[in-house]
Amino acid sequence: MSNSMIVLPIIFQFIAGTILLFFWQRSNIQKVLSILFSMIGLAIGIWLFLLVWENGIMVTQSGGWKAPFGISFVADTFGVTMVMLSSISGLAVSIFSAGSMRKERLDFGFFPIFHFLIMGLQGAFLTGDIFNLYVWFEVVIIASFVLLTLGGKKSQLEGAIKYVSLNLLASTLFLIAIGFIYGLTGSLNMADLAIKLDNVQNRGLVSVTSGIFLVAFGIKSAIFPMYFWLPASYHTPPPAVSAIFAGLLTKLGIYAMLRTFTLLFGGDEFMGDIMVVLAALTILSGGLGALLNQNMGKIFGYLIICHIGFLIAGLGMHNELAIMGTVFYLIHDIIVKTNLFLVSGLILKINGTQDIRELGGMYKNFPLLSLLMAIPLFSLVGIPPLSGFWAKIFLIQAGLETKDYVLIGFIVLGSFLTLWVIVRLWGEVFWKKGEHLPKKANGLYFSQMSKTDQWLMVFPIVLLSGISLYTGFGAENIIILSQRISSELMNPSDYIEAVLGLKTTNP
Amino acid sequence: MEILLIIIIGLLHAGGLYMLLRRSMFKMIIGLILLGNGANLLIFLLGKLVKGKPPVMEDGMKVFADIYADPLPQALVLTAIVIGFGLQSFAIILIKRVYNVLNTDDLDDLNSTDEEI
Repeated sequence: MSNSMIVLPIIFQFIAGTILLFFWQRSNIQKVLSILFSMIGLAIGIWLFLLVWENGIMVTQSGGWKAPFGISFVADTFGVTMVMLSSISGLAVSIFSAGSMRKERLDFGFFPIFHFLIMGLQGAFLTGDIFNLYVWFEVVIIASFVLLTLGGKKSQLEGAIKYVSLNLLASTLFLIAIGFIYGLTGSLNMADLAIKLDNVQNRGLVSVTSGIFLVAFGIKSAIFPMYFWLPASYHTPPPAVSAIFAGLLTKLGIYAMLRTFTLLFGGDEFMGDIMVVLAALTILSGGLGALLNQNMGKIFGYLIICHIGFLIAGLGMHNELAIMGTVFYLIHDIIVKTNLFLVSGLILKINGTQDIRELGGMYKNFPLLSLLMAIPLFSLVGIPPLSGFWAKIFLIQAGLETKDYVLIGFIVLGSFLTLWVIVRLWGEVFWKKGEHLPKKANGLYFSQMSKTDQWLMVFPIVLLSGISLYTGFGAENIIILSQRISSELMNPSDYIEAVLGLKTTNP
Repeated sequence: MEILLIIIIGLLHAGGLYMLLRRSMFKMIIGLILLGNGANLLIFLLGKLVKGKPPVMEDGMKVFADIYADPLPQALVLTAIVIGFGLQSFAIILIKRVYNVLNTDDLDDLNSTDEEI
């Protein structure tokens, strides 16, 4: 078996999307096929993960062009873990949207675009070339534009204007930064860049380039001064779309940041300090924003921002323990954030509104569902032994090591704000008596749906909650995984040797 | 030649940013297009300009004897142009749609999803 199999997840999602295009406007066939494809995609993701776990970093050079001249695809532990997580989120969202999405949206190609989105994400996680990363970013954002505007409601269009314009700006900045890097080194292969950037004499220009990367990825991942598009747009599409955005799109920015700031600009202290400040402000503004809002989609949107802060904090502290905490948090966050928006979608279907002042009585009417929904909500807060707790422990430990006491304060404050938001949500939505729920004429409620559709909506939440519980209770396994990822990220020599073919046995 | 390109790139970026900061949606998209073109020219410039030296080897040669034009930036710019083209046409259609639905070109009127309640 050759190493070129590592591009299988990308090719598979491409074929899946293309096959689905042939069933235009036949949404029932598309539903079945999409769930099937997502399951196979997950199987491929797990297979690739196990393969890389056994064999170490795997590399393939597209077209047989030797690195650094061709485009390399690299499957290291971080990349394949992200591929696996995106497949899990993809499967959950695919099942959920088969149950909940309106027929009008499905008829206009929701599922094909969805698979192309997953393809873009997996391409970004597997590529080893910075310009190729840009191309995958564009694949992801064009798919996300379509998903965001699909349905064409007024609020969706308004949100899309903000989302589209800022993402285009971020892409342009990313492109400018790539131009600078190419001008400085004459290379685009990330492993090659890692060596060449160290030898560049003009350190000032390297720092400026890393700053442009920070801004470009910062807009994509919604960190402090660049996050305003997120709460303005993420609550406007149907919850299934928000779920995949929340789980994976902002995390793609974080992934790119983790890659560039460990491999290319590793150990730049100035950037580390800036990131620590940005992280603190991101946590604060996200948490306060979540407290201020009444719409559940918006609350979760601000919580995304708040927890992006934790991820940036780990990256800013930049030692092995901190990166490990970040990676653990990333694994936990992808699953939980996807689940949260699915939960909000289910609540919307049951009650017809997402305004927490109008909602109420969930616990009385649906005790079992409420207990299920408690799992992602409390995992998010990080009540021990649930998954959020472990990641924060490592981040705080790392902060003690690097003596970033103020940052630790902000992490604790962020956890406290999250707790406050979730407790308020729990009190308002689940415990309060539900009295004046507005009845919409045209909406299809959960109680009116068929049994199959109801199960299609509940099952993904059960699945993701199960994974969350495993992340919490089986934390020792996730810790081993994150340790391996962080040591690979912090000591990139293995990655560089594997890509440039200095050590590989089978090219 | 470099000086001329540098001035053009600077003008494109300055014009793009100025247009982005206007309140009109239409000007915003023009700003994004200008910025995109500026970025493309920047990549082209940073690949070191050489005149009349195509990256093609003469018969019987194994390595380049002389300095040659770098073909990679052209490939990059081409890719970036195509991608930018797709994204910009999407953005233009979106703006047209928004204009039809909301009947306004002023970005300040698009604040219903931002209200904090």
